[in-house]
Amino acid sequence: MSPVLPPHQAQRLATQPGWAQEYEAILEAYRQAGGDPALLRTPQFATLVVSANRVLAANEVPGVHFEAEELPDGIRARILVEPEVRLKRPVHLCFGMLPAEGVQEIHAEYEIGPGAQMEFIAHCTFPNALRLKHLMDARIQVGARATMIYHESHFHGPHGGIEVIPQAKVMIDDGGRFITDFSLIHGRVGKLILDYEVTVGADGVAELTTKAYGLGDDTIRVNETLHLNGERARGLTKTRIAVRDRAISEVFTTAEGNAPFTRGHMDCTEIVRDQATARNMPLVVVRDDRARVTHEAAIGSVNRKELETLMARGLDEEAAVDVIIRGMLQ
Amino acid sequence: MPEKDEYLLRVENLSLKRDGREILSQVNLNIRPGEVHGLLGLNGSGKSSLAYTLMGCAGYTPDTGRIWFAGQDITALPISERARLGLTLAWQEPARFEGLPVGAYLALGAKDADPKRLAEALEAVALPPRAYLKRPLDPTLSGGERKRIELAAVFLMRPKLAILDEPDSGIDALTLNDIAALIRRMADQGSAVLLITHRDEMVTVADVASLMCQGSIIFQGAPAEVRRYYGLRCRPHADISGPQPWGEAQGLEARTLAWGDNRR
Repeated sequence: MSPVLPPHQAQRLATQPGWAQEYEAILEAYRQAGGDPALLRTPQFATLVVSANRVLAANEVPGVHFEAEELPDGIRARILVEPEVRLKRPVHLCFGMLPAEGVQEIHAEYEIGPGAQMEFIAHCTFPNALRLKHLMDARIQVGARATMIYHESHFHGPHGGIEVIPQAKVMIDDGGRFITDFSLIHGRVGKLILDYEVTVGADGVAELTTKAYGLGDDTIRVNETLHLNGERARGLTKTRIAVRDRAISEVFTTAEGNAPFTRGHMDCTEIVRDQATARNMPLVVVRDDRARVTHEAAIGSVNRKELETLMARGLDEEAAVDVIIRGMLQ
Repeated sequence: MPEKDEYLLRVENLSLKRDGREILSQVNLNIRPGEVHGLLGLNGSGKSSLAYTLMGCAGYTPDTGRIWFAGQDITALPISERARLGLTLAWQEPARFEGLPVGAYLALGAKDADPKRLAEALEAVALPPRAYLKRPLDPTLSGGERKRIELAAVFLMRPKLAILDEPDSGIDALTLNDIAALIRRMADQGSAVLLITHRDEMVTVADVASLMCQGSIIFQGAPAEVRRYYGLRCRPHADISGPQPWGEAQGLEARTLAWGDNRR
């Protein structure tokens, strides 16, 4: 892999007709996904914009480095944060595809150096998807005492013709923190297969939040595993899913307390309406008698009292259900 | 029902059984526009059940009787339609909504969701707007805070009739005055209030009051009169079919009031 285009070159390329058009279109899609395109043009922000298999723009800042290699169906990227680097501003990532059909594979490696603190805001946008597959395969190394916060939100358009496969293997060194939230609540889910596996070292912390809203014949499968391997490691999975129509949701979470004084908790809430189906299978594994792992799950229809409260404010039932679901998914 | 009814709410012979048990028995109740009507009763007397029945909540469809509101028979209407006619309810234990900020919740049913109005409503229930508008309406709020937010939401709706189910429970003594003031303010802005409480001192804020016991309204009159009757005679009574203590009240005549007799 080679370093991605330096900012001035990327900007210059972005002004060429073909690139410029795609760049503007992906920025518009980014805006629809909830991002602020102005930030992607701000030199003070580290940014990376990828459309299909092309890096349309990249902006490094001191301490943050991008390397990228274009593949036939995507890119291979390496994102490196130097030790002890602490940026006030988050790194903005934009991945997407504008065509209705195709494949995008993002193979990403993140290395957060010891003591560094970095927040990433990733927007993945596929506004026209009809027959599209998006694979995000990440290897993440969070160094000792480092913190990585990673927000990923998706925007899929109204058709549901998309398969999204976010996968991550995360290693958290001693005292490191990894906090992530994945959100797919705008547009149709299509088919989501999320698979995160996190190994936490001593005094490390992992918090995984996943939110999705399935409609029509969408399918959602969430598979999250926490290996709490170091002493006093802590981990939390928090899943919030709503399914309506004929959508199906399956949530598999595993938390292993493998070392003394580890603490794990899995918290899953799913709302089911119409003919939709939701399953939740938490698995607790404890290999040390000083570890403690707990789980709580609630699957059901919308809480009657919440519903009636909103209806007593004048909302009809459908609108009230939507408010409750969107609130839960916020 | 008369063509031009002086009452905003007219409840006629309302009865309700749940799980084979009589919860409401031949309830009659009239409320005029802009009136604050106190409904006093011990725990378990049927006050909340009456509130849910008036609002049309699931499981509270009356077996007999009619509910007229703003000149319309609403007995079979769903909650939303009743709300759109101007009827609303603040629950005794308000629901919590994960993720929904207080400001957004207040704006949902507000006649005027202007930020100034939202702030004003929170101030009216002694909650500083800066600290609460963006806060989620979730279990991190105490019961008292949640209750005050509910009252603010109802205030912002400017309903024709607000049913407030024990707005005083779980509220600290200092804030009780604010709640009482808010109820009067609601009346001043044209809303009638059905104030449900088991604290007799709370009904002093009302124009007129009713006393409920064992699923029936057994006494109506001026708040002071109802308070006195409640203090003297109203005791929990397990057997509704046996002799009733209120029948023996001395110095006060227990009355089933004719329509129009409850305002003085």
